[in-house]
Amino acid sequence: MLVSLDNAGVFRSDRWLVRGVSMSIEAGEIVTLIGPNGSGKSTTAKMALSILHPDEGAARQKPDLRASYVPQKLEVNWTLPLTVNRFLRLTNRASSRQMEEALALTGTDHLAKAQMSKLSGGEFQRVLLARAILRTPEFLVLDEPVQGVDFNGEIALYKLIEDIRTRLNCGVLLISHDLHVVMSKTDRVICLNGHICCSGTPATVASSDEFKSLFGDQAAPGLALYEHRHDHEHLPDGGVVQIGDEEAAADSSSGNKPGTTTGTRVDA
Amino acid sequence: MLDDFFTRAVIGGIGVALVAGPVGCFIIWRRLAYFGDTLSHSALLGVAMALLLELNITIVVFVVSVVVSLLLLVLQKRATLSSDALLGLLAHATLAVGLVVLAFMTWVRVDLMGFLFGDILAVTPMDIGVIWGGGIIVLAVLAYIWRSLFAATVNYDLATAEGERPDVANIIFMVLVAAVIAVSMKLVGVLLITALLIIPAATARRFSASPEQMAVIAALVGGLSVWLGLRGSLEWDTPAGPSIVVAALVCFVLSVMPMPKLWAGREPRRQQPSDRSSGVKEP
Repeated sequence: MLVSLDNAGVFRSDRWLVRGVSMSIEAGEIVTLIGPNGSGKSTTAKMALSILHPDEGAARQKPDLRASYVPQKLEVNWTLPLTVNRFLRLTNRASSRQMEEALALTGTDHLAKAQMSKLSGGEFQRVLLARAILRTPEFLVLDEPVQGVDFNGEIALYKLIEDIRTRLNCGVLLISHDLHVVMSKTDRVICLNGHICCSGTPATVASSDEFKSLFGDQAAPGLALYEHRHDHEHLPDGGVVQIGDEEAAADSSSGNKPGTTTGTRVDA
Repeated sequence: MLDDFFTRAVIGGIGVALVAGPVGCFIIWRRLAYFGDTLSHSALLGVAMALLLELNITIVVFVVSVVVSLLLLVLQKRATLSSDALLGLLAHATLAVGLVVLAFMTWVRVDLMGFLFGDILAVTPMDIGVIWGGGIIVLAVLAYIWRSLFAATVNYDLATAEGERPDVANIIFMVLVAAVIAVSMKLVGVLLITALLIIPAATARRFSASPEQMAVIAALVGGLSVWLGLRGSLEWDTPAGPSIVVAALVCFVLSVMPMPKLWAGREPRRQQPSDRSSGVKEP
């Protein structure tokens, strides 16, 4: 066991941000937290990392746990001169070779000497991920790790997270509001809405009533898409691209990119 | 050599600047300028208390600054006032109380202007010892907590999650700021210490590609400002503190002037062979 939460809750300014969360994460497993905005996903992750201490219940970490964290928000303002290479060494030592390898994994090796404050959103996220990997963590927490990353990049980064899990045998706690892509890569899904609504394998969660009522319209295609991917798991590269298109379609149904991918949905 | 008051002031001043540069960088990065101001204003209360209790001024100023910064931490957690209102309240309340206490002590003759704006004549060989001794300790502690403090500056949550213990680093840093204020008060005066912390660091930003570079350049710019300021002070019979700050300001203004391509290449987006912090890129 790397981390466990036991009936944990955080109380801030007259309300419970999240309450009654019990979960544990083992080495080598990917656990995904999903839920609407303000459902307590980040708060839960922060309890798992001992950034927040539960006001109720308990949070336990393996002693001397080596954790890496990709926070949801990280700003580097102009007053802080910080190259990508220096940022990679923020909390650990690293040789220039190790840094180069970590950047290469996320496709950002050309940015080694760029200033952090000048990176685009997608580049920034990739560098955050590279830094987290460079620490060879036992426990990797990713809070919305693909925000601002273009679509093909998103698929590649999720693939990379899977590879890292296999290579380092680390536990991964992944937060996403993006229901569909994430669910195929994960061992266990925990669906939050101020408390744990439902949890289990992606298939169990996707077919549960709590999940459907929580995500309403989004859940239905989510279920369908998930089953679809499950059916075609054995397919080579083409399958991955398909997942991508479907995910974009799911996005458009939630209003992000209206009308751009309706055609794909018909295919799905 | 230390017989000459000007030499003493220069040696003392450069000692202060070498410490104020790196500490000032963190003040800029963490947006603590007003916090520094509050601590330095409270230094006058320290002066008044030292005279009242007949204790060493530098030590009492240091203690008062530490107490004020801790008080601020407690108030921030409890009070409903916003941080900047609290800072303003503490800054001017402590300054005013200090001035009132000084006025009550009719038996002590105080050079108030010297405390407010610095007194070039007041720097004794003993002060130089305190400045350099204290300065070396401050820099050593800063180097020791550098990684934690810097990680916490970039992102507090990340630093906590990855075991850097930023709370400890933050408290130590506040003590360091108090120490810088205590040792630099004589030279620049309580009203202008923040300037010595901030202006050289701001000047250094443009010429720096990494935080460590910025700290070193800020220390050098500060030293240069002290020397220029004290020369000017001697030349035109102006008060030491303001003259040093004016010199620092001139450096800053020069640094933000548009310059030919000389520095433009220092922040490359793509690889650039001039950056010393990174290894050789394979072709």
